[in-house]
Amino acid sequence: MKLILKIWRQDGPQDEGDFEIHQIDQVSEDSSFLEMLDQLNEQLLGEGIEPILFDHDCREGICGTCSLTINGLPHGPENSTTTCQLHMRKFSDGDTITIEPFRARAFPVVRDLVVDRSAFDRITQAGGFITVRTGSAPDGNALPVPKDDSDLAMDAAACIGCGACVASCKNASAMLFTSAKAGHLNLLPQGKAEKDKRVLAMVSAMDGAGFGNCRNYGECSAACPKDISLDYIAKLNRDHAKAKIKKIFS
Amino acid sequence: MNLDSQIPEGPLSEKWDNHRFSSKLVNPANKRKYRIIVVGSGLAGGSAAATLGELGYNVDCFCYQDSPRRAHSIAAQGGINGAKNYQNDGDSIHRLFYDTVKGGDFRSREANVYRLAQVSTNIIDQCVAQGVPFAREYGGLLANRSFGGAQVSRTFYARGQTGQQLLLGAYSALSRQIAAGSVKMHTRSEMLDMVTVDGHAKGIITRNLATGETKAWTADAVLLCTGGYGNVYYLSTNAIGCNVTATFRAHRKGAGFANPCFTQIHPTCIPVAGDHQSKLTLMSESLRNDGRVWVPKNSEDAGKNPNDIREDDRDYYLERKYPSFGNLAPRDISSRSAKEACDEGRGVGPGGRGVYLDFSDAISRLGEDAIRERYGNLFQMYERITGENAYQRPMRIYPAIHYTMGGLWVDYNLMTTIPGCFALGEANFSDHGANRLGASALMQGLSDGYFVIPYTIGDYLAKSGGGAISPDAPEVKEVMESVRQRVDQLVSASGKRSSRSYHKKLGQIMWEYAGMARNESGLGKAIGEIQDLREDFNKNLLVPGSGDNLNAELERAGRVRDFLDFGELLCRDALERNESCGGHFREEHQTKEGEATRDDENFAHAAVWEHKGDGKIPIRHTEELKYDNVKLAVRSYK
Repeated sequence: MKLILKIWRQDGPQDEGDFEIHQIDQVSEDSSFLEMLDQLNEQLLGEGIEPILFDHDCREGICGTCSLTINGLPHGPENSTTTCQLHMRKFSDGDTITIEPFRARAFPVVRDLVVDRSAFDRITQAGGFITVRTGSAPDGNALPVPKDDSDLAMDAAACIGCGACVASCKNASAMLFTSAKAGHLNLLPQGKAEKDKRVLAMVSAMDGAGFGNCRNYGECSAACPKDISLDYIAKLNRDHAKAKIKKIFS
Repeated sequence: MNLDSQIPEGPLSEKWDNHRFSSKLVNPANKRKYRIIVVGSGLAGGSAAATLGELGYNVDCFCYQDSPRRAHSIAAQGGINGAKNYQNDGDSIHRLFYDTVKGGDFRSREANVYRLAQVSTNIIDQCVAQGVPFAREYGGLLANRSFGGAQVSRTFYARGQTGQQLLLGAYSALSRQIAAGSVKMHTRSEMLDMVTVDGHAKGIITRNLATGETKAWTADAVLLCTGGYGNVYYLSTNAIGCNVTATFRAHRKGAGFANPCFTQIHPTCIPVAGDHQSKLTLMSESLRNDGRVWVPKNSEDAGKNPNDIREDDRDYYLERKYPSFGNLAPRDISSRSAKEACDEGRGVGPGGRGVYLDFSDAISRLGEDAIRERYGNLFQMYERITGENAYQRPMRIYPAIHYTMGGLWVDYNLMTTIPGCFALGEANFSDHGANRLGASALMQGLSDGYFVIPYTIGDYLAKSGGGAISPDAPEVKEVMESVRQRVDQLVSASGKRSSRSYHKKLGQIMWEYAGMARNESGLGKAIGEIQDLREDFNKNLLVPGSGDNLNAELERAGRVRDFLDFGELLCRDALERNESCGGHFREEHQTKEGEATRDDENFAHAAVWEHKGDGKIPIRHTEELKYDNVKLAVRSYK
């Protein structure tokens, strides 16, 4: 198929960016979206134009490196799918496709379509862990975990940290990401001991990183390639309120 | 080259205990004085950095990704082995040890494998405590499943995302140390060379991929946890960024490279669809628990809709050839059988390079919901990539390069032949021999990082006293200068061909001659073709842009340059290993039925290559492998 691509180009974090328009022919419908961009980059090399930079790595939908806002939607039009797993059969011959970076104040552009998502790492560093020294763990079966709780924790833990939730939100809120990590650990008995501390620290790190407030629009969950549920945001709000109150009275 | 494996004295089951007791310790106050570099943040690197930071060392950890959470360990699907015997089905440390040695076709080191089996149980405990949401039974206890190459259920799993969950566990532990200040994390940083002084590892040179800055880092020890080299084949299940540069650069500085020809071809990947393809996607081996592998009996049926092929006209070739293991035969055997069937013209799908993995029996036995519960995400992934619904039509699968058993030679302490340079996880060679069993890679990465290196590095530092040098030392400046020159040379390449096109070509050569089946004349040919390709690369490469900012073409060019040298080494190793074993199948050495025949008399050793300089033939050394606790047997899965 033949496509017109409108792609965001930006030299560096401080530079102004703009769209560049390219045409590409002979795209296989079995190509992934990123393979289509590979093909375009080979073409640009031949034309003496610097290839377009985008983040990607595993190309199997699990590492969370790939991003891209495609026709206004983070990770493009297919539900529950990362950009790397989006295939060209979802587009039609002659389509014009607009490709932009994930946009959010807390995700500054590095170059072209590549953004800096290290704010997510800082939220995790604030409390997205269970304190357990290597070697100090009790037997794995010493603490039974009800299967339902474990399944719910797993649903939250499936988050790949890609940032689509932030990019899709009008307020660029990181509540879905933060609540997924906090929810995963808070749901498990292993994570209960640090629950209050974790929730307060992670939310404060999230606010400090420049993400906006959550207004329950729900776009984040719709854009999430791993279908993380809004329930975790509700749970985080509840856990946060409880932790705050406990702190006041302690 | 000194290949003293440092295997401790005593009976097998007591070696690790004895060694831990006889290892010297570094007292807590002194740990603060030592600086350790960890390259890579996957299961091995992440767990090592977190644990060493927790112990009090000053750790600098580097990864090329934008976050340590993205290392390719994250893509492992199926599970992690642990000799817990929770299923009461006859498992034990000794059985896991035996299965691993046998699965590796008797080309791994007994003492290392036994230690791996011993600490496998600690790993499960550690991960559970970190909050890894392993699958559970309704009673709340941990669930297990069986996996290729084993007859017991010892695999722990978190849906089809076990690698992700274990990595996020290690990443959370690492994050805790980063917050505590004991680990400094350097993302988007690629190691381009190693600094040695008098043959000891003293630091590394990195390039910041975002800013282009090259920088020197010095330390008392360097840990390479940089994964495998599967991408030398261009198409593999590895992430696009996975590369051999860190280990190969260490090799050039004196680290022996062991068994590069031991590569693993995974039987259950989605077949190649066309020329545009940039990577291959693995479908977890756990699918073989419920899926039955078949091809049509007659090649005329290969083009038909599989649902129209009668039961009698199907050849369930694994069940036929290996009745006791059936669809769970080890990876190398399953892969070769698939190739055989396709070579006979019975392959299905585009290009006739595919076999069916059929779930219809399991669906009628257990119901579609049960299959969805077990493998839903995999079926979904399959549909995204192929556009086919595997609940209604059998999946098509074909083998692909997946894992590399070879790597830097290490002794029992995980130290390479460069003192002070250690290699962990897939980057080293020690535990899997000539073929890795399913669910063992995650186990090994975490074993090395959480439970082995914290002890052995203490012993090294206590005995040697470390001795970090200044980043301004002349030895550092010299390496820094050579790295800058190399980068400048690449970035000024103004030929006509992209690095990707060289990589693709290299991959074709490797897959053709050093893939699932190898022979003398093919390997000789491959070496010649790689040399020609390299010459062409040096003349006609095109790299656009500059070295001062993010430049993906420059990154790829550097990696491909090292793959070109490394690919030749791999072929050389495959040529010299004149036997078939595990994943290394030399067509000259097979039984009438097409099974691999080992040559224990001449090849019961690890081949360790010493770099002698550019354009010079490397030297092959050997470490004899002694088997005191298992009897070398013909591997039979019949």
